[in-house]
Amino acid sequence: MSQLETATHSETLKRVVIEPLTRVEGHGKVTLLLDEDNHVHQARLHIVEFRGFEKFIQGRPYWEIPVLVQRLCGICPVSHHLAAAKAVDMLAGARQLTPTADNLRRLLHLGQILQSHALHFFHLSSPDLLFGINDAVAHRNIIGVIADHPDLGLQGIRLRKYGQEVIRIISGKRVHGTASLPGGMNKPLSLQHRALLLADIDQIITWSKGAVDLIKKVYLTNTDFHQRFGLIQSNMLSLVTTDGAMDLYHGGLRAKSANGKTIFDHIDYCHYHQYIHEEVKPWSYMKFPFIVSQGNEVGWYRVGPLARINNCDYITTPLAEIERQEFRAHANGGLVQASLAYHWARMIEMLYAAERIREILLDPVSTGTDIVAQGEEKSLEGIGVIEAPRGTLIHHYLVNDSGTIEKANLIVSTTNNNQAMNESIRQVAVEYLDGQTLTEGLLNHIEVAVRAYDPCLSCATHALGKMPLSVELVNHKGKLVDCLIKSSTGEITK
Amino acid sequence: MAANKIRVATTSLAGCFGCHMSFLDIDERLLELLEHIEFDRTPLTDIKQCGPCDIGLIEGGVCNAENVHVLKEFRKNCKILIAMGACAFNGGVPALRNHYSLKDCLEESYLQGVGVVNPLIPNDPEIPLLLNKVHPIHEIVKIDYFLPGCPPSGDAIWTFLNELLAGQEISLPYQAIHYD
Ligand code: SF4
Repeated sequence: MSQLETATHSETLKRVVIEPLTRVEGHGKVTLLLDEDNHVHQARLHIVEFRGFEKFIQGRPYWEIPVLVQRLCGICPVSHHLAAAKAVDMLAGARQLTPTADNLRRLLHLGQILQSHALHFFHLSSPDLLFGINDAVAHRNIIGVIADHPDLGLQGIRLRKYGQEVIRIISGKRVHGTASLPGGMNKPLSLQHRALLLADIDQIITWSKGAVDLIKKVYLTNTDFHQRFGLIQSNMLSLVTTDGAMDLYHGGLRAKSANGKTIFDHIDYCHYHQYIHEEVKPWSYMKFPFIVSQGNEVGWYRVGPLARINNCDYITTPLAEIERQEFRAHANGGLVQASLAYHWARMIEMLYAAERIREILLDPVSTGTDIVAQGEEKSLEGIGVIEAPRGTLIHHYLVNDSGTIEKANLIVSTTNNNQAMNESIRQVAVEYLDGQTLTEGLLNHIEVAVRAYDPCLSCATHALGKMPLSVELVNHKGKLVDCLIKSSTGEITK
Repeated sequence: MAANKIRVATTSLAGCFGCHMSFLDIDERLLELLEHIEFDRTPLTDIKQCGPCDIGLIEGGVCNAENVHVLKEFRKNCKILIAMGACAFNGGVPALRNHYSLKDCLEESYLQGVGVVNPLIPNDPEIPLLLNKVHPIHEIVKIDYFLPGCPPSGDAIWTFLNELLAGQEISLPYQAIHYD
C-alpha cells in the first residue's frame, strides 16, 4: 500500500476536505488528515459518484447501447459512443468497416479530441498555468483569462467550437448525437459539409501549433518546478498501431514500465481482462486497475496524453511528430514522468488531431456513400477499446441469443488513472503542504495535480458507510418523498 | 466587476456534464453574456459554496445525500432556479437504475465485475450515501423554469437566458425544443 494512503490513528487527526473539486469534470473530493503540527498523514482522492450503468443496461437491446452509454459523459460522449460501436460491430459480426465509414468514425473521434483538449487546456487549466497556483480565487478562471488575454481566450473558445462543429456535422448534434450503426455509420459526409470544415482547418492548425508553443514556453520557463510538481514514477498504457505509431481510434495494447522497458506490446485488446484487473477500495466508488503481471501494489499505470506520447514510436503527422521528438528529448532516454507534462503532451495531441482532420477531409474516400458493412458471423461477446481524450477506454458486453445485454464491463479512462492521481496528490501534499498552515492557495496545489490528468469524474461510480445516518428527501410542500436510514452496522432500511 | 451584474451559479448533480457543455456551446456569445452576468459557484470557477445569486442552473437529478444538500443550498441562494436538461427534469438516463434495487447495482459493479480483485462495496463515511432511487429535482425543491433536452442546445440556452435577462416571457421556437 502506498505511503499516505491510510493513516494509522485516523481518529486523532484533523480532517481537511477540498470539496467540490473545481475546474474538473464531474464530482470528486480530496481529504487530508493532519496532526497538530500540520504534518500530512493521509491524502485521498475520493470519487463520490455512482451510476450503476453496468446493471441497468442489462436486458436492453444491444443496438441501443452506443446512444445510451454516451450519457455517461457529456464531455467525451463520442468516445463512449465509438467504444460501444466497436463492440457492437463485433456483436453484429461486422468487424471490417468500409474505408469511408472508418474515415468518418475517425473524423468524429478527432473532433472529440480537439474540443475536449481545448476545453481542458483553455477553459479549465490555463488559469493555473498563466496566473500561478496562488492567484486570487475570483480571477483564477476562464473569465479571468478572457479579461487579461482576450485573444487567447477567444482562440480557446474557437478551437473548442471547431471540434464541436465536426461532431455536429457527423452526428447531427454537438452533444449526444447519433452516428454509428452496427457495422458502419448512418450518414455520409456531404461535399458542402466537407467544404465548411475545410474552410477553417488551416487556422485551427495554426492555433493548435500556437498552443503547443505556449505550454512549452510556460513549462520551460520554470522547468525545475514543472518537472518536480506531482512527480511520480509510473507504468504507462496505450494503444499503438502494428508499427508503433500513435493511434487514437484503433490498435493493440502496449504497456511500458517506469524506466521505459516494455511490459507487453501489440496485445489484441479483446484479451484485456487477462492483462488488467481492478481492485476495489472502501473509500472510493472508482476502482483501482493494475497490470496483472506486476501485481496490485506496483502494477498501477497512467493513461492519456502523457502515456500515449511516451509510448508510441512516432506520430504520423509532420508538425506533431516534430513536437513529440522535442518532448521525448526531455526524458534522457527514459519516459517523461512529470505530471504537469500532461498539459504539454495534450497540446501535441491537439495539434495531431487538427492535422489528421485535414488529411481525412482531403481524402476523397471520406465523401463516399458506402458506409455500412454487412455482418457475417454474429458473436455473443463484443469488446471495443479506444483512446478517449483522457486515455484508454474499454467497453465489454455479453449478449444472449435474442441480442439483449446480459453483462457489461466498462473501464473508463479516468479509472485507469485512479491510483496515479492519488499518488500525485500525496507527492504534492508532502512537498508543499506538510507542516504548513493551510491556505486556499496551498490547497489549490492539490487540485492542480488532479487537473493535470484532466480527470472526468463524471464517468466514475459508489455505496454505503459505517456511520449511523438518515437521509430524508422532502419536497417543497414539506412532504416526505424518500428516506434512508443507515445503522451503525451499515444496514440500510427505507 | 460591475456591481449591477446578474449573478449566476450552476452545478451538476447526477448528470453527465453534457448540459454544461451545451452551455459552453454558445461559443463566442459567452463574451457578450459576460458583459451582463458574473459567475458564482460553477464548475468553471473555484468558488466552492453558492452565495446569494439571481439565477441558478441545475443539471442532473438527485441520486445521493450530497446532491440533496447542494440542491437545497442552491434553492436557498438563487432567486430563480432552473432545471436544465432531461436529468434534472425527470431523472434522465441515471434514473434507469430505478428499475433495479440499489443493492443489485452496487453488487454488479463491485462484486461481480469482470476482473474485480478484493470485491467489496465501498462504505467509507467520506463517500456520500446513495438514495435508493434517482429523483428529478422538482420533487425536492420548487423549480421556476424547466428547459428540456438531452442536452438543450446551446442556442436554446442562449435564447432562454436572453429572454430571462430581458424580463420577457420565455418563448423558444419549436425547433429549439427537444425532448430527446
Ligand atoms: S440531460 Fe442529457 S446532457 Fe444533460 S446531464 Fe442529463 S444525460 Fe447529460
